[in-house]
Amino acid sequence: MDMQIALILGQDGIVNGAIYGLMALALVLVFSVTRVIFIPQGEFVAFSALSVAALQAGRVPATLWLLLVLAAAALVVELWRWKRGAAVDWASTLAWCVVLPLAACALVLLLRPESQFTQRVAAFAVIVPLGPLLYRLAYRPLADATVLTLLIVSVALHGVLVGLGLLFFGAEGSRTPAFSELRLDLGGVAITGQALVVVAVTAALVVLMFLFFERSIVGKALRATAINRVGARLMGIPTGLSGDLSFALAAAIGAVSGLLIAPITTIYYDTGFLIGLKGFVAAIVGGLASYPLALVGALIVGQLEAFSSFWASAFKEVFVFTLIIPVLWWRSLSSRHVEDEE
Amino acid sequence: MTRRHLTLAFIVALAAVWSFLPDFSVTVLSYIGLYALVAAGLVMLTGVGGMTSFGQAAFVGTGAYATAWICTSPIVASALGGVAPALLPWIGLLFGIVLTFLIAWGLGAITLRLSGHYLPLCTIAWGLSFYFLFGNLEFLGGHTGVAGVPAIVVAGVSFASPRSLGLVIWGVLLLALWALHNLLDSREGRAIRALKGGRVMAESMGVDTGRYRIKVFVLAALLAALSGWLYAHLQRFINPTPFNLNIGIEYLFMAVVGGAGHLWGAVLGAALITLLKEQLQDILPSLLGSSGNFEVIVFGLLMLVVLQRFADGLWPTLARLCNRFLKPAAARAPRHALTLPEAALPPRGQIVLEAKAVTKRFGGLVANDAVSLDVKAGEIHALIGPNGAGKSTFFNMISGVDDPSEGEVRLMDRPMTGQPSRAFAALGLGRTFQHVRLLGQRRVIENVALGAHRRGQRGWIASMLRLDRAEEAALLAQARRQIERCGLGEFTEVPAGSLALGQQRVVEIARALAGQPAVLLLDEPAAGLRHLEKRALAILLGQLRAEGLGILVVEHDMEFVMNLADRITVLEFGAVIARGTPAQVQCDPKVLDAYLGGVDEPADESLAEQTA
Repeated sequence: MDMQIALILGQDGIVNGAIYGLMALALVLVFSVTRVIFIPQGEFVAFSALSVAALQAGRVPATLWLLLVLAAAALVVELWRWKRGAAVDWASTLAWCVVLPLAACALVLLLRPESQFTQRVAAFAVIVPLGPLLYRLAYRPLADATVLTLLIVSVALHGVLVGLGLLFFGAEGSRTPAFSELRLDLGGVAITGQALVVVAVTAALVVLMFLFFERSIVGKALRATAINRVGARLMGIPTGLSGDLSFALAAAIGAVSGLLIAPITTIYYDTGFLIGLKGFVAAIVGGLASYPLALVGALIVGQLEAFSSFWASAFKEVFVFTLIIPVLWWRSLSSRHVEDEE
Repeated sequence: MTRRHLTLAFIVALAAVWSFLPDFSVTVLSYIGLYALVAAGLVMLTGVGGMTSFGQAAFVGTGAYATAWICTSPIVASALGGVAPALLPWIGLLFGIVLTFLIAWGLGAITLRLSGHYLPLCTIAWGLSFYFLFGNLEFLGGHTGVAGVPAIVVAGVSFASPRSLGLVIWGVLLLALWALHNLLDSREGRAIRALKGGRVMAESMGVDTGRYRIKVFVLAALLAALSGWLYAHLQRFINPTPFNLNIGIEYLFMAVVGGAGHLWGAVLGAALITLLKEQLQDILPSLLGSSGNFEVIVFGLLMLVVLQRFADGLWPTLARLCNRFLKPAAARAPRHALTLPEAALPPRGQIVLEAKAVTKRFGGLVANDAVSLDVKAGEIHALIGPNGAGKSTFFNMISGVDDPSEGEVRLMDRPMTGQPSRAFAALGLGRTFQHVRLLGQRRVIENVALGAHRRGQRGWIASMLRLDRAEEAALLAQARRQIERCGLGEFTEVPAGSLALGQQRVVEIARALAGQPAVLLLDEPAAGLRHLEKRALAILLGQLRAEGLGILVVEHDMEFVMNLADRITVLEFGAVIARGTPAQVQCDPKVLDAYLGGVDEPADESLAEQTA
């Protein structure tokens, strides 16, 4: 290996690491607020990438029909709860189940987006409401269950979504055109515009999330819920809202990641799962709690993957997933007393 | 007819119709048996032990590949030149079991000391790695796999046909279920169930939770490997596909849909999912107009419905229906019981538990500031203080749940810094919890017998083979004695969760006593008790004191404390503000301030501060 190849691999590692970093942020966010280990996070990536590809091919992405079915189901569940005397927050329900799905419908069906940009906006609008709807249908009825039960729900949901992905998009993969055809030559190493876009958007999202959690009242409420659920509820923070919001954020991050990665690599209906899991390896570096450590973990995962694909490409997934073992071992060194769950 | 009879009838019926079933049904039943073996391991892990694994398919693969490699590889053939071919599958079984043991133990040792969700995440990574690894290893045939795995031959009888091997599979499954049933119905089984009820509780009963979690995980992995061995010799050809993560997830579906807390739930779940998959693979492609792995959509939705509506799976529902027609099984009287070892109590007046200037800081907050306290054999020492005084923090440090930042805790004159709760239990400390920690679904006697865990010796193998009955009878007799002593004799056989909260606290005391402690730590034992019950509790504690136990009580009920305690220590804002006999403490001005609120002085002080 010479310097040039090392730099190219390093660049690949940073670009992929940025995507894994976004996954890791979403996973840490969802886990700390709702205790859900959100295995289907990667499915948002695949769905968003494949939805754009479908729009570019002039088809209506089937994710839109999924969104409408989920919205109707969530609406029925809320009506049923309301009839049984439960308190229903109609404002947020209408937003997630009616307004946003209708907006997505309008964008896709009426506007019939032609340009790259509007197609991406439309795909984003379709994917984001899926987050809170899935939360309401799959997780909220079990909000008091153990982490383990919620994890099993996640795995079941992952199965459903991957099966639907195959049904919607078929077994063939898709790739979308690049955001930019720019190529910079820095000391003999070509840096693609696409790589710059990925890194810049990731950095912008990280900064936005930082501002959101540090400065805005809603972000602070989410953090409070993450630190102490009961305490937050006693302070008047509706925990249902925090579930909706954290899943919406996770879906938004997933959708953006899908848009970013679709021009770089061919996305299949089940690619998202592996991307999400690599995000998990990164998130575990931070103990599913620390955002900065999760980002560091994501960069390590990206580099490890890039370099092992050069040395032993058939085993690159093996290397990446066995990284979890030394990481967990390292974490277990710091815990001596028994941790009590729940 | 009892449940035992029904089980036997099921086995006899299966054996009777076996040779008349069509080939297809035999094959399906064989696969159900193989899957149920894996799912039974997951029941032990998930429903009983409170952990889970998505990587069981990879363990099945380990068992299958181990035997396939031993039986077909030319390297092995030249290395084991003189071995008869009929022995190779058995060497393969041994190799698979050793390999699986090492992998499972390694994964478990790394993850199981961390909190619960790391094991499943680690098994996802393991399941994926296995698939990519075995699909790319040339000497294992890559993605094409290994063909030509020989049939099992025992004493000239070949088990080549599914009809003959299927009988072996079901024989192994039924034996495994019997052994697991026995294991759960023993001292070790109670310890395994305690893992789910919160590890702090299990540790303070003397259970090494980390070790038990690893053992349960290894047990489940070994069952999977055994299933893989049978699979390889049934199918006679293997490739990585049936061992990938999706199948690992399907195994978990089987356990959860069937009923993750019940061994027969594994069989029910395996049967349901296998038959459903068979049907769906026919129906869905024609319904949806394209082919693919669509049954996972239905399984996933089924799983969501089961988790949201039948959290314990379908087996309990089925069992309830059956119980209408079944008589409960009569408890069998043990033939003879052992006598449990009795430890001598320390002489009256000797210091048994001592805290020396114990300080605990949480960041900047000082929860305990140089608290010193001792408990002597044959006395009742009460620790009182207003809410937030630091009593619970202190309690955690003298019971091994947490370490002091400074200072030292000594039990039986031994330094206990850095020791886990189970080391405290080993030296004769019994405790109760402020928030009751019982296994609500288990009977009172099982909960109390858990307290006697350390007084038994018999291990897993003995329990599985029912060699532990004499000891088990002694432990249960001990538990029954303590329950009666605490006045709950009539509730021995009811689930602990069905008792009133005050009674549950008394069950915790009985559980602590079953361990024959020399020191008893009681966290608010009188809370939730009615007047007469409180009086009975006071009499019981008085008796224990007379027997020579050292007792530390944290309590809010002043009347109860003042009439009972020999000495009292009062905490406020993390520091000791008074100590002495009840009479001395009652007229201590600082204590009156703390409890009734200072009338003059504190106001003066704050005024003084403002003007200063």
